[in-house]
Amino acid sequence: MSNQVPIHEGLFTWPSAKPQLLGSRCVNCAETAFPAQPDCRNCGSRETTIVELGDQGILWSWTIQTFMPKAPYKSDETAETFQPYGVGYVEMPGGVRVESRLLPNKPEDLQIGMPMKLDIIPFRTDGTDGSGDQIMTFRFSPVKEA
Amino acid sequence: MDVAIIGIGLHRFGRSPGLSGMQQGASAVRNALADAGLSWKDMQFAYGGSQDAGNADALVNELGLTGLQFTNIWNGCATGGSSLHAAYSAIKSGEYDVGVVVGFDKHPRGAFNPKPADWGIDEWYGETGMMLTTQFFALKTQRYMHDHGITEESLIRVSEKAFTNGSLTPTAWRQQALSYEEIANSAMISDPLRKYMFCSPAEGGAALIICNADKAHLYSSKPLYLKTAAVRTRHYGSFEVFAPSQAMNVADASTVTASKAAFEQAGIGPEDIDVMQLQDTDSGTEIIHMAENGFCEHGEQEKLLREGATGINGSMPINTDGGCLANGEPVGASGLRQVYEVCVQLRGEGGARQVPNNPKVGYTHVYGAPGLSGVNIITK
Ligand SMILES: [Zn+2]
Repeated sequence: MSNQVPIHEGLFTWPSAKPQLLGSRCVNCAETAFPAQPDCRNCGSRETTIVELGDQGILWSWTIQTFMPKAPYKSDETAETFQPYGVGYVEMPGGVRVESRLLPNKPEDLQIGMPMKLDIIPFRTDGTDGSGDQIMTFRFSPVKEA
Repeated sequence: MDVAIIGIGLHRFGRSPGLSGMQQGASAVRNALADAGLSWKDMQFAYGGSQDAGNADALVNELGLTGLQFTNIWNGCATGGSSLHAAYSAIKSGEYDVGVVVGFDKHPRGAFNPKPADWGIDEWYGETGMMLTTQFFALKTQRYMHDHGITEESLIRVSEKAFTNGSLTPTAWRQQALSYEEIANSAMISDPLRKYMFCSPAEGGAALIICNADKAHLYSSKPLYLKTAAVRTRHYGSFEVFAPSQAMNVADASTVTASKAAFEQAGIGPEDIDVMQLQDTDSGTEIIHMAENGFCEHGEQEKLLREGATGINGSMPINTDGGCLANGEPVGASGLRQVYEVCVQLRGEGGARQVPNNPKVGYTHVYGAPGLSGVNIITK
């Protein structure tokens, strides 16, 4: 049976029914970093703690990746199956702007200031060791209007 | 002690099939030496760098094993700026009288593909498709347009001016002017930036002969003076390339601090600059760099561009040789090409692209990953 494995440890809570992005907060100056850092880039303190950054945020800027990137990009796609994807910075209630892939890939579906929610999605299937693990990453999509 | 530039040399940017990047660097050095009327054995020191074309100090195999001090510099897009800063310091210290600064490169076609580990970033960031310089410049431009009321019209005008200037520059890679409509209708690469709004990795070489100004008259009847060379890196909170996250409070970019330091050291201000080269990795970046270098207020660019202020005959001529957009970006050489072009303008040798009214003070600015900037101020 295939497992759902995070692409990197410590980016988000997993497995979880309501996953959260994880970052670090400086004990000295309270600045927040993503991904979690052992040292603070603001004050140089070596005391940081892991914090949950939340699962919703506000879109701060966005673009659309229209062509398939070269390495180090590593997905299951081929030049034929590649689909453009959004990329943006999302302002998190935890106090940091996180760069993320975005679900929308058309300019008309993206706007600075729009509310976004976190999704944890299968990004590729790791077939190299025959396990078929699903490699999970994070992405943001618009909060649907109620 | 003042520092003079007594020789300038270029190996044409673009594509040079059959020539290695190193050979293009050697070609640039030979051109600079010829311009100065000096030979390689006169060089007491050299600083040089390239990203993809080998160790600069191997140039001695092309130019001669004279035993000079040759130091390799690698500092991303600011490699040329950092090499020039090192040479500036070597002359200032009094240790040397004359030496050379050289940059060259030869990149494969297509976008750069950086390795996350080289930048202190974990593999997931690159694997999931976020480690592209094109994305960063698009994200920064998108936010900047939102904050400062810049429209797509300005992005198009920057490119239009770049290719017009390229068409007037015999050494430029892109020699064909493009119409407003051609640029506006070119393919969207990374919203809001289109195909003709991005520069491409390329090939080429550039070299400068640097000298103690007290002795410049021994070599040159037309020395120029390198008033300052300042290189600065990013601050906590500045919005820079290859950043998986950003702090909430946006701090000044490295360009702002490099520019301020350069003006302070030179004892002049932005109003004193007659001709300038600002890093134009893409047209949005040139717009942002106009304000970050202190040449206008944020948001003022829209009006300035509509009036043609940044053209060759405008009040603030920017990238008179077409910049990175028309010359491409061989990373190791790009910053020195900027200095080369400013020297051409200050000497009055710009031909069809010469800025009128005898420009006396020039300015160059490079910006590169992961957030560093180099600024030079050059005078007659
Ligand atoms: Zn701190």
